[in-house]
Amino acid sequence: MGMQNCRTVYGETLVELGKENERIVVLEADLGKTTMTKFFEKEFPGRFFEMGIGEQNMISTAAGLALSGKIAFANSFAVFATGRPYDQIRVSCIGELNVKIVGSSCGLSDFGDGATHQGIEDVAIMRALPNMTVLSPADGIETRKMTRAAAEHEGPVYMRILRNDVPDVTDEKQEFKIGKPSMIREGSDITVFAHGYMIYKALKAAETLEKEGVSLRIVNVSTLKPIDEKEIKKLASGVKGVVTVEEHTIIGGLASAIAFILRGTATPIEAVAVQDCFGQSALNYEQLLEHYGLTDTAIVKAVKKVLG
Amino acid sequence: MAISAKEIKELEKAAKRLRYDIVMMIGTGKPGHLGGSCSIADIVAVFYFHKMRHNPKEPKFPDRDRFVLSKGHAALAQYAALAECGYFPKKELSTLKELGTIVQGHPEMRRMPGIEAYTGSLGQGLSVACGMAMAGKIDKKNYKVYCIVGDGEIAEGQIWEASMTAAFYKLDNLVAIFDKNLVQATGPIVERYDTNPHVEKWKAFGWEVFEIDGHDIKQIADALDDADKVKDKPVMIVARTIKSKGVPFAEGKAEFHHGIMTEEQHKTARQLFEE
Repeated sequence: MGMQNCRTVYGETLVELGKENERIVVLEADLGKTTMTKFFEKEFPGRFFEMGIGEQNMISTAAGLALSGKIAFANSFAVFATGRPYDQIRVSCIGELNVKIVGSSCGLSDFGDGATHQGIEDVAIMRALPNMTVLSPADGIETRKMTRAAAEHEGPVYMRILRNDVPDVTDEKQEFKIGKPSMIREGSDITVFAHGYMIYKALKAAETLEKEGVSLRIVNVSTLKPIDEKEIKKLASGVKGVVTVEEHTIIGGLASAIAFILRGTATPIEAVAVQDCFGQSALNYEQLLEHYGLTDTAIVKAVKKVLG
Repeated sequence: MAISAKEIKELEKAAKRLRYDIVMMIGTGKPGHLGGSCSIADIVAVFYFHKMRHNPKEPKFPDRDRFVLSKGHAALAQYAALAECGYFPKKELSTLKELGTIVQGHPEMRRMPGIEAYTGSLGQGLSVACGMAMAGKIDKKNYKVYCIVGDGEIAEGQIWEASMTAAFYKLDNLVAIFDKNLVQATGPIVERYDTNPHVEKWKAFGWEVFEIDGHDIKQIADALDDADKVKDKPVMIVARTIKSKGVPFAEGKAEFHHGIMTEEQHKTARQLFEE
């Protein structure tokens, strides 16, 4: 299993896109060394705009660029990219403008910087906006495909990106299509719906459970909005229950989305997510994930709970 | 070329027609943004009937000048001007705020031809205008971007973020007009939330600043011409205006920021602007 850094892949893909399409412009709020938009800046200084530490102005300026025919990628950490300029993003959504918001260091992945820097409500906030597309890549492979899909999609997109190196879990050959969940692993007992780094945790849980004779079906819901309800219902059927796993607060993210789709069915559901609380600093990422219960052991436990 | 006396007369008449339409759009018994719409009516008239390069038959042609009304609640003046230019039938104006109308309470570009952006959530329009001006620079176009901001609106910090952007990126294709009408929704600016000094603020932020009487057609037109000569800097035209200008019973009064006219008041206002 190869390891890739999603931020690096994102930065490289922006450069590729910049070469192919002159309409691509990039805006940054002084985090280009971390979000990796520095690659684009180096290659296309005339189409890169340092906006200083001012996210609200950055998003509305991106709207103005989009209104003038540009495909504008606006960048910051997930928490600042979505929370600080919420109303500005909302106005872009009303206008269905070609503004692509990329939230780097999402979830708990900025482990050292603590609660103010950890974006664990971003999916909920962005999902609430009409016309918004919400994406969460599982690995470097998917990050590349998704960045391209975001550029091609007409309208506003929010994409969250992990800070750390993560193992490849998706299939290079599989086509990425906005709105389509994809099968990561076939299984017959429980369907696990997950996104982001949590796909990897689910795969580890599946290995453990396999030894105990429990078979997990793992589905990558890397588009959090729009969600293909029919497909989700299909993937949740023929099994004894469902577990959702996300590096996000339990409110308004994947758990909410799946529970709503499966309303009225008898399918038992358990959710693995950050509970209704903020994060904190830790010396490493895994330690933090463990503290907030985002581990393969937690997934195993949730599966067993569903199985009764 | 300096504006002629004849043109000034015509524009004064045009501004009067805009005010008539504003009064008629609001009507009686329902609130409407009379104050801010009337304070910018003369400026809007100079934009659409004199200064801006635009084409109602092809609202989106790439080389057009752009106008972003950051203080979106004053849109009635812009709606009236767009209708007069022929962007849409004038009778639509009477549908202000009705369900499904193109004449929304605040400007919506996807509903009304000639509107360039969604504005009304205050403080955002100047940033949008910056983005348009930056795109113009990338594309080496010579269009201008005009933007109107209000003296209440600039309490929004984003205005100052945008002011820094415009200066840093030397957006000399951006001209903003500051509608200094002295009154915000709840009362006089100096009493409620004093945003002064204005000229000094924008100068400090690196803008070229002009000061004019915002109801003097010649001063407005000349200032816009002077703005064309400024290089490497954005231009702010601080326009001293009167809230609800032209409607004596409402002039300078906060209650007509978004007020209701009685039938008597409406009649009085209408007669003032009837030709």
